[in-house]
Amino acid sequence: MKPVSLLRLVFVMLIVACGSAAVLGFVYQITTVPIQKANDAKELAAISSVIMEDFDNNPFKERTLIPGKHNQGQLTLYPARKDGKIKAVAIKTFSDKAFGGKIELIVGFFLDGTISGYKVISSKETPGLGAKVSEPKFSEQFIGVKPKKKTFKVKQDGGEIDAVTAATISSRAVVDAIKKAYDAYHKFSTRM
Amino acid sequence: MKQVSYQNLTRGIISENPALVMLLGMCPTLGVTTTALNGLGMGLATLLVLILSNTAISLVKNFIPSTIRIPCYITIIASFVTVVELLMTAYLPNLHAALGIYIPLIVVNCIILGRAEAFAAHNNVFQSLLDALGMGIGFTLALVALGLIREILGAGSAFGYQFIGEDGYPILMFIMPPGAFLALAGLIVLFNKSRRI
Repeated sequence: MKPVSLLRLVFVMLIVACGSAAVLGFVYQITTVPIQKANDAKELAAISSVIMEDFDNNPFKERTLIPGKHNQGQLTLYPARKDGKIKAVAIKTFSDKAFGGKIELIVGFFLDGTISGYKVISSKETPGLGAKVSEPKFSEQFIGVKPKKKTFKVKQDGGEIDAVTAATISSRAVVDAIKKAYDAYHKFSTRM
Repeated sequence: MKQVSYQNLTRGIISENPALVMLLGMCPTLGVTTTALNGLGMGLATLLVLILSNTAISLVKNFIPSTIRIPCYITIIASFVTVVELLMTAYLPNLHAALGIYIPLIVVNCIILGRAEAFAAHNNVFQSLLDALGMGIGFTLALVALGLIREILGAGSAFGYQFIGEDGYPILMFIMPPGAFLALAGLIVLFNKSRRI
């Protein structure tokens, strides 16, 4: 094998890197808007599926930010109104304690603070195990529950939420995220 | 010539199956095959990246000095994976929601770099494409088979269709990591025994 000059090596590597960067930059630019749209559509669909009351506004457009407890990130609150009056709210919340890191949910609340449902919008949980927290079998037990109660914990921690089999950590993360959402809702409703 | 093409296509499926014979790409093989559908998705995503990277690398092979081929290949592969991920997020959000967490893993899948190094760097574009197709299909079939075994034993369902279901006490261990190793070992034994007959 004949030796290749250093200059040539640097040049080839530079060309490959520049080519890759150009392709990535181009694809990033043409996909930014569609990705944003797809995410918004996903959130809006999640919002309408967790709010059980009738509403006639676009909660997504009227969203407000609420700082979490102890400066732990911000939660987004989407009010659902009918004839200008707030009927229910949906809150985008998260937990960093999930098995795969961060999990994001949209939780719906009736005005008395009981849960009307939730949807997982992004998670890195194990498919077939932790990812089951987004299935109705687990999520339906939250409907009509008030997260204020002391028993709002998974059974393993002495509460009354049935964790997904072999996925206690993911189940705990959902409970944690909903608690955060409830605190934010509480803040919002006392201000209202 | 025709025979060579045929061999290049079929080699990856049986005699040199990447997951079951060459034992490459064990991380995704063990990690994502909790259900048959996950295996299928990961297999197809890998197939797509493999086709793109093999084609691209056989096109540029004469410009890249062999001393820096590995960093060049990795840069090219990583770019393709990111492009696939961005396009998928933008235009196929549902598929991305199901597969999203596996896509970045494809970069470190040694099948991709292995085929680039062992095949695409010495062969023309068409043969490299056939090789990628064969290897990708072989990998996908292996992942679907493993996913199916684990899903049937561990969750009592197949492709999401429940026939025993979770209330029938399936052997839960099979969808957890230890079950992955056991099921893979069993599958490798069966595959290699029957391959030699």
